[in-house]
Amino acid sequence: MKRISLFCGHYGSGKTNIAVNYAKYLKAQGLKTTIVDLDIVNPYFRTKDSEKELEDIGVRVISLPFANSNVDLPSIPAESYSVFNKKDEYAVFDIGGDDSGAYVLGRFAPYVKEEDDFDNFYVVNFNRPLTRSAEEAFEVLKEVENASHIPFTGIINNTNLGEETTAEGIILSNAEAMRLSDLSGLPVCLTTVRKDLAEEVDLPNVFGLELQKKYW
Amino acid sequence: MSEKVLMKGNEAIAEAAIRAGCKHYFGYPITPQTEVAAYMAKKMPKIGGVFLQAESEIAAINMVYGVAGTGKRVMTSSSSPGVSLKQEGISYIAGSDLPALIVNVQRGGPGLGGIQPSQSDYFQATKGGGHGDYHLIVLAPDSVQEMADLTALAFDLADKYRMPSMLLADGTLGQMMEPVELPAESNNSVEKPWAVTGTECKRKHNIINSLYLKPEILEKTNFERYERYKEIEEKEPRYESFMMEDAEYCVVAFGIAARVSKNAVVAARKEGIKVGLIRPITLWPFPKKPLAEAAEKVKGFVSVELSMGQMIEDINLSTGCKKPVVLCNRAGGMIPDPEQVLKTIKALGGKE
Repeated sequence: MKRISLFCGHYGSGKTNIAVNYAKYLKAQGLKTTIVDLDIVNPYFRTKDSEKELEDIGVRVISLPFANSNVDLPSIPAESYSVFNKKDEYAVFDIGGDDSGAYVLGRFAPYVKEEDDFDNFYVVNFNRPLTRSAEEAFEVLKEVENASHIPFTGIINNTNLGEETTAEGIILSNAEAMRLSDLSGLPVCLTTVRKDLAEEVDLPNVFGLELQKKYW
Repeated sequence: MSEKVLMKGNEAIAEAAIRAGCKHYFGYPITPQTEVAAYMAKKMPKIGGVFLQAESEIAAINMVYGVAGTGKRVMTSSSSPGVSLKQEGISYIAGSDLPALIVNVQRGGPGLGGIQPSQSDYFQATKGGGHGDYHLIVLAPDSVQEMADLTALAFDLADKYRMPSMLLADGTLGQMMEPVELPAESNNSVEKPWAVTGTECKRKHNIINSLYLKPEILEKTNFERYERYKEIEEKEPRYESFMMEDAEYCVVAFGIAARVSKNAVVAARKEGIKVGLIRPITLWPFPKKPLAEAAEKVKGFVSVELSMGQMIEDINLSTGCKKPVVLCNRAGGMIPDPEQVLKTIKALGGKE
């Protein structure tokens, strides 16, 4: 496990959900954990939505004070830099979607690469309309990598259909994830699965996710 | 991979529009609808279509006006303040009897307001917005699936009746992700002998115009247009009826408010309260008939809205004010939760 975990990927691939769950997982291992919300793309459905839940279990949350308000600014919290000084903490970065979201990482790339203790995960959902195939997903992967200036170290297969996700669908998607692995030369590090389906998914490195609740 | 895809509501609008044969999109970014434009920007160049980010909303709607005159399927999308800017162009399009789709993914207002979801452009969408005697066909989806399905329907209805249609959604529907089965590629476009497509010296030229020099002629076109509107009011109202069979109370809500309300209706039923829900899918034409029928049976209505109660007038007009209508609302970007709706239902029934 590296000290810094970056979650990048295409728009709506599930980065925030995974980052939040991963931060909770690190904390549950007894590690000092910080989550950094660097999403400058999407003002709806953010890490901020889980802020209370995370802080209650002792995860430090760095996000803009005006996230989830009506201030729609593509800016990043100054406090983000603190994670490069506090080396006793594990840091989880939630990055905005696509290359446009990944540009923010460019600012931090020198620090991340200098310390060289990071995982940079490419999160992919093959049920999203613009990443239906390994080829399409690979194209986005390269765009994101070019924007972030940080090489990817692994793939997270987060293929799902929201409430209609089935274990079978996830298992089927593994073939596409392996093809993306061949194309990119990156390992498939995790297959993320809604918690109640996790046991049915017979794949290596399955990671169960708790999803944000909604009432509509 | 599966037949269904996981999409944001805004993306579903864009993809469904392309599949409905819309190859021309003109817009200007604004939260919370920007994904419509972003999706079009990615997809249109690949299919030989046009994505153009105009210099303003006003420019964009006038580009829509231009393409609409050629009979091609065309659309623009924006959010509340941007849609206000488009109103002059919308009036011109209506005054020229042209089909086009305008998407409004609403956010809180008035003024610059906020970026969180709202339904407070109801009056603007259903009662005019721009100047002059005209209507838009207004469709209100309540899921990502309907964002796609009603986009296709909006194009079809606009073509059929030669008038602009509007998809009236809100920020939550635009931003949320759900599985969606995309409609097949189909262009149900009708013959458009009025379109400006070049005469090739074989026919009299067509003129697209909303300016009339003789008031008698302008009056005639208005009367003719309203004959069409009458037909639409008879034939095109759409709604969903939910648990209304034995209902003593009726919740009326559309879009995201209807989804919240359904949960409240189910919860109320569990407590033995006989309540149902009518969800207008077309806001214009408003589904007057089912509401008038409900007014004969129920003791009262709850209008659940993300506005200060703009739909209540239409409910009262439909029912002839026969039964009381109480408002259950949030505004300014907030969404009512099922508990609030349940509480209002109980209060109407005198149970709290």
